[in-house]
Amino acid sequence: MTEPATPYTAGRSATPEDSVALRARIPGWGVDLDPKDRPSFPREQPGIATGAHWRFPDRQPEEQPRERSIEHAMLTPAFGTSVPLKGASGAIRRYAYRRFSEGRAAHWLLLIAADRVDAWENHLASFASLRPDNPVTETGIGSELPGKGFASRRTGNRVDVNHSWMDPVVVAGPWVLLAGLGAAGVLRTFRGRRQGQEQLRHAIVS
Amino acid sequence: MRAMVYRGPYKIRVEEKDIPKIEHPNDAIVRVTTGAICGSDLHLYHGMMPDTRVGTTFGHEFVGVVHQVGSSVQNLIPGDRVMVPFNVYCGSCWFCSRGLYSNCHNVNPNATAVGGIYGYSHTCGGYDGGQAEFVRVPFADVGPSRIPDWMDEEDAVLLTDALPTGYFGAQLGDIVEGDTVVVFGAGPVGLFAAKSAWLMGAGRVVVVDHLDYRLDKARSFAHAETFNFAEYDDIVVHLKKETDFLGADVVIDAVGAEADGNFLQHVTASKLKLQGGSPVALNWAIDSVRKGGTVSVVGAYGPIFSAVKFGDAVNKGLTLRMNQCPVKRQWPRLFEHIRNGYLKPSDLVTHRIPLEHIAEGYHLFSAKLDNIVKPLIISATA
Repeated sequence: MTEPATPYTAGRSATPEDSVALRARIPGWGVDLDPKDRPSFPREQPGIATGAHWRFPDRQPEEQPRERSIEHAMLTPAFGTSVPLKGASGAIRRYAYRRFSEGRAAHWLLLIAADRVDAWENHLASFASLRPDNPVTETGIGSELPGKGFASRRTGNRVDVNHSWMDPVVVAGPWVLLAGLGAAGVLRTFRGRRQGQEQLRHAIVS
Repeated sequence: MRAMVYRGPYKIRVEEKDIPKIEHPNDAIVRVTTGAICGSDLHLYHGMMPDTRVGTTFGHEFVGVVHQVGSSVQNLIPGDRVMVPFNVYCGSCWFCSRGLYSNCHNVNPNATAVGGIYGYSHTCGGYDGGQAEFVRVPFADVGPSRIPDWMDEEDAVLLTDALPTGYFGAQLGDIVEGDTVVVFGAGPVGLFAAKSAWLMGAGRVVVVDHLDYRLDKARSFAHAETFNFAEYDDIVVHLKKETDFLGADVVIDAVGAEADGNFLQHVTASKLKLQGGSPVALNWAIDSVRKGGTVSVVGAYGPIFSAVKFGDAVNKGLTLRMNQCPVKRQWPRLFEHIRNGYLKPSDLVTHRIPLEHIAEGYHLFSAKLDNIVKPLIISATA
């Protein structure tokens, strides 16, 4: 009768190599064996020296209203000033921050929705600028050939090839949809005008 | 100055921006000489992280030269070569004063659930990042350190996130001598975690991924056994067989939000943004660790809900440990390990990309082309 597997008995199989062999094979094996040598042990180290020479930091001036989580008691003493809120996406984000805590799904889902609106606002605005968005250069697709894109994807058993075909859809899909809707609108207007002209002609003839 | 700018999912370009200015008395402005693209930058690039605004400059791994300092800065002067941890932190709040720098409460007005991170969306504070020629560095007396003369610049830039995060991930596992450690993900963080597990006395280290070229790296760089999960009907069952049906003592999730291996999970998270992250690796970790074992999570996830198999974690009595890495806390010990030759982080650098070509760099990294493992970004001002 074969020996039952480990979980069914208290014994445990030895690892393939013992500590002597591992120390010989792997540079530095075991140098941090003692938890006291590990810098994040224990997790909390009250009084750790950080270089801060203040009890509470100076406050960064709030030069324009800064959105904040309602889970904060106040605006933090330092904050990023990259890309202030603006436009429709800014209004959605402002509402998400003002109305919902981080604990509410609505907070995050509104922020994700605002991200999509933000991208659309900026793409459309770019067409009225001297540097319109260029999906060819901005997606970096030019690296496909030097990066051996075809060969790279066919090597081994990569599972991401199952869904990587969706990436162009994510990038170009909304534009194709918009172009289709625009074309349908133009056609409908054109047909409507022709029908109107023919009805007018019939009315005049009769 | 020239800076990478986000234009929407999968789209970035390099634009002319104003050089950042001192906005707080303890700010420094750093001229970036070398930066990097992190795997977690891809979550931003793919539009997964809430409140990622068009116009933001990414980049939380960078080193450079101090260009200007604010009126209260005491420890740095212009001209100093500095490495900057990815954490923005004050050094004095309830969390920082206990060493939890990544959980600082004084730098991120947008969220209390995460600290500040350079170039990582407004959810992480709205700071521009270092994939640019210049960057604002708040609390310059706390975060940055001068790069030691003996240290290679490419080693230094990998010390700003990837290496400390991997090392921290292994620490979260509370590894004891002889433990079997499984690492999901053979990206830079996973490879560093695997390598670090040996330093902590692991008896066996196994790395799981689906990219053969990265698994090659796991064998050569991290001395690990490897399994390509795409070659197995069920990687969890295979790992059970490999561990005498007990399960691994410690499992490290070094994949995070865009884990592959389950089509539905990946698509709902990465493409449809209906989850904070695809928890495939995390669920595999929960399933393949032994009862009473430890799961360490250093892969990045967004703040929205994810379909995690929490019941199994409860019923198996697991210890789940996770955090963003408090980088600077790791540095003194990691400096020793580099000096002693136990670690050579720059061995993982595969691509050096000029800032002007960063869009191509993101595409290579996102699509995993050309055997890319770690791309560095070289500034024209370097």
